[in-house]
Amino acid sequence: MEPLAGTIESNLGKEPGCESWWNFHRRRFLHGGAMATGGLLSQGMLTKIAERLSMASESRQSNKMRAKSLIILWMQGGPSQLETFDPHPDSKIGGETTAIKTSVDGLRIADTLPQTAEIMHYATLIRSMVSKEGDHERATYNMKTGWRPDPTLIHPAIGSVICHQTEDNIEIPRHVSILSGQWPARGGYMGSALDAFQTGDPKDPLPNLKSYTDKKVLENRLVDLKSVVEVEFRRGRLRDLDKNKTLHESSTSRATTMMASDQIKAFDITAESKSVIDSFGDHAFGRGCLAAIRLIEQGVRCVEVELSGWDTHAENYSLQSGRCKILDAALHSLIKQLDARGLLDQTIVMCGGEFGRTPTINIANGRDHWPTGFSTLLAGGPFRAGHLHGQTTHEVIERGNDPLKGIEDIVRIEDLHATLLHAFGVDFAKELQTPIGRPLSLSKGNIIESLFA
Amino acid sequence: MSENNVPPFLDRIPPVMPPVLIAADLNSAGNASVLHGLPQKEARWKKRLLLLSIGISLLASIAWATSPRAKLLHAPETIASGFDASIHSVARLVDNAIDADITDHNLEKANAANWHTLTRRISLALIGNGLSLEEMRVLEQLPEDKRAVWWTEYLLKDRRSSDYLAERWTRATVGTNNGPFLIFRRRKYVDWLADNFEKGTPYDVVVRELIEAKGSWTDAPQVNFLTATMDENDNKKPDAIRLAGRTSRAFLAQRIDCLQCHHDYLGKVNFTDALSENDDHGTESMETPSTAVANRTGEQSDFHQLAAFFSGTKMDNPFVGLHNSAPDYRIKYLNDENESKVTPTVPYLRELMPETGDSRHKLSVWVTHPKNKAFARATVNRMWAILFGKPLVEPLDSIPLSGPFPPGLEILAEDFSKNGHDLKRLIRTIVCTDVFQRDSRMLKETGSEAVEQEHEDHWAIFPLTQLRPEQVAASIHQACRLIAIDESSSIVSRLELFGGVNDFTKAYGDQGDDEFTQQSITIPQRLLVMNGSFVSERIKHNPIMNAATRIASLVRDDQEAVKTAYLATLNREPSGAELNAFCERLKGTKGTARSEAMGSIFWAIINSTEFQWNH
Repeated sequence: MEPLAGTIESNLGKEPGCESWWNFHRRRFLHGGAMATGGLLSQGMLTKIAERLSMASESRQSNKMRAKSLIILWMQGGPSQLETFDPHPDSKIGGETTAIKTSVDGLRIADTLPQTAEIMHYATLIRSMVSKEGDHERATYNMKTGWRPDPTLIHPAIGSVICHQTEDNIEIPRHVSILSGQWPARGGYMGSALDAFQTGDPKDPLPNLKSYTDKKVLENRLVDLKSVVEVEFRRGRLRDLDKNKTLHESSTSRATTMMASDQIKAFDITAESKSVIDSFGDHAFGRGCLAAIRLIEQGVRCVEVELSGWDTHAENYSLQSGRCKILDAALHSLIKQLDARGLLDQTIVMCGGEFGRTPTINIANGRDHWPTGFSTLLAGGPFRAGHLHGQTTHEVIERGNDPLKGIEDIVRIEDLHATLLHAFGVDFAKELQTPIGRPLSLSKGNIIESLFA
Repeated sequence: MSENNVPPFLDRIPPVMPPVLIAADLNSAGNASVLHGLPQKEARWKKRLLLLSIGISLLASIAWATSPRAKLLHAPETIASGFDASIHSVARLVDNAIDADITDHNLEKANAANWHTLTRRISLALIGNGLSLEEMRVLEQLPEDKRAVWWTEYLLKDRRSSDYLAERWTRATVGTNNGPFLIFRRRKYVDWLADNFEKGTPYDVVVRELIEAKGSWTDAPQVNFLTATMDENDNKKPDAIRLAGRTSRAFLAQRIDCLQCHHDYLGKVNFTDALSENDDHGTESMETPSTAVANRTGEQSDFHQLAAFFSGTKMDNPFVGLHNSAPDYRIKYLNDENESKVTPTVPYLRELMPETGDSRHKLSVWVTHPKNKAFARATVNRMWAILFGKPLVEPLDSIPLSGPFPPGLEILAEDFSKNGHDLKRLIRTIVCTDVFQRDSRMLKETGSEAVEQEHEDHWAIFPLTQLRPEQVAASIHQACRLIAIDESSSIVSRLELFGGVNDFTKAYGDQGDDEFTQQSITIPQRLLVMNGSFVSERIKHNPIMNAATRIASLVRDDQEAVKTAYLATLNREPSGAELNAFCERLKGTKGTARSEAMGSIFWAIINSTEFQWNH
């Protein structure tokens, strides 16, 4: 698998399909004098052209195995590896969880995930994730960005990096966070334009997408904004103030375009059959997973769907079981639907949280934070199917000064990021200039080659 | 503008007796009769009296909560109308230094900005929103050349400015993370800073209290500077590593974080022991570093020796809080095989550190020592960023010890040190400069981004910067309320502002500690302002709350109505073209239709670049 980052940059502008979504829209806005009059409000005219441009862009890729999209099922709070993908039944640390067979010979996962057990032959399971962060906020930052928090710099989330390194021609955001909680994916030093677009339960309308006035009033307002107030502010300033400095008017145009785009329908899961909707489960997370597939179909690069409530310091088994029930149906249907729609080869699914939970059970029947030896599941794209990587021990061992004792084939957070970026053909060792004047690579990890097919 | 239509007697309502007390009093006087079965009629009478008392108390409480208190604005003569002469002379020195730099680069200074623009800048910097219509009207009554100074002085006496600056400093010193739930109280920390800013406590004293803090995080709010770094799961000691990084960045503008893991390989962290002996702070030489100064590159030990100052800070008993014990810091340096014990020491100018006292006391004295120029430079740079939306040196918290320093920085830093580290004086001085009072438009339109950028970089024009989320939210809210929302406003008004700004900022995307880094605007941000309920609720037809409706209904003349709307939102008069265009929109409208037309004018203005950018 050859990194393609250099190719992306050197090819810019050589053919129509190589133009970025951004340039494409800017020119359209600059030349479309009637833009603010609401002309774009009623049209989705460029959707098909945009699709073709996108396809042309994709067809340039030299590597057919290059992943196009990433779906992150984010388990906020720290899912217990012992109650999900790494059970140790009949041991001192096992708790009440038992293990069940899966579709992969010799691989057993927790009985809390019976449907997931049926699709494990699609997945690569890592049981040896290791982080140095045991606090929710810091560990979430670490897992989402691949970097430990640094007070001098905000690192971009992996979805932002992938968007930054790729080109698309779609009218909706390329980076989406569904049911985003306290710490959604951010663009960091790459800019807030790469922040994840945050939405709630797909059964509800998208926030702020519909104007609260009728079309005529909105058209008049846009005319007044562009032709009256903006004109006055531009007087005596740079001729291309917007283009070269503020991007304010362009953003207004992009927002207006999005309001009228047909691609917005990707967020609406009611277009799916009832049986498909039901298979994901009757809850927001399941609907979010289904919406993620529809967004991927439209060309969205990264979708994060969050399921919170995994922080089980008390009554661990019952609470984890409850979360697993929701995850189980959704994860199973997500993989099945991606496969059925022919999207799994080009889509990577990652399921995991910021850390795992302690092997020992505390006095409140809970498990506490455990960043050394937890599980993350990968599926799709170039990753191996039906593969297990890493192992933890069922012994309660005295680790002393070695917190990694008893963990085999360790995968550090940065290694996972490097591997994911590599799967997208991104040259993660490439350094970018950051706002603090320090060149920084996209990831400092190492590729785990054995995870690839 | 007479908006104080609440009857004056409401201001004189005596303190309300809490219902619980009333009930208790009644009970103590007459409980025997109630308990011992006195005639039912008397018991019923007392019950009615009790209910009546509770009702009156509730009504009085509501009246108190919704009524405005006396405003400083009602006594404009109590505000100073001029700055101290010494402030003017320092401001001129800064201007001379910056003007010389502009001339050297063959650039042209912009004209002076008008008072509307200037007072809006001051407002945005000191309280985070534009002026209310009420405040604009008061300023109009003052002589034009006195308005900016008067407005600065007014805001420096207004609690809003202390609160707003305290929030900025809180971000710099403890960040925006929630911190450990049980042992960190962000609100208390912000209030403590605001109290000190309001009182005019010298800034070096504030910083020393932060670094040396002891006790409980609730009784001594400054302790939260330390507890913010503690781990909830192991809450015995603050994180010395994070505190070393914070202290050095926030108070000294030294980014030494990379030294935590290795020596400085990139030449980004340099230390010098040279003291600036030049007291002639008006000369250009002040701005140029001495080439004879010996620099040394930062080493890994520099970071850990600084962290070691915090290593003796412990919390054995949560009821007692933080206390000091002997420093105990060990580290295995890169390429070393064994751990070494680290003795606390500072990376440069070690002679400024006192020989006695506990380790954090020694550190705090060294950090704030007048000869440790980095302290004053860091403060000046942060205050400059707050006032201009952009620091003198970027990044904000990284100023090389040995320069080069931009024109003006050393002059302001010197004055800050010599005048008791007075933050208010620093604000006055910067506001007094011609640089701050320049227009953001160039004298001649060049059409070249590079040329305009060069003018901005050398402060020949006022920089155009995007408002931060909380500034956008508070400006929208204030523009849609005719009366200023300040300490004298009812608690309901203040809660509405506080809650609205917090919700909007969260949805808009808070930049966290990194708030002075310019980011491009995003589609969700535009959608939020275009279609979100925060704006729609504030511009819809609402004769009681919303400025658009009130202007539409109370100002019958279309031209006056448009002018009033512009003053309330952009804090300026409309141009002829704007006036004509919007009068057309209002022409012939009445009642709700007129209110909605005015709401649309507010929408267009609020969604404009001019409203959402500082200029």
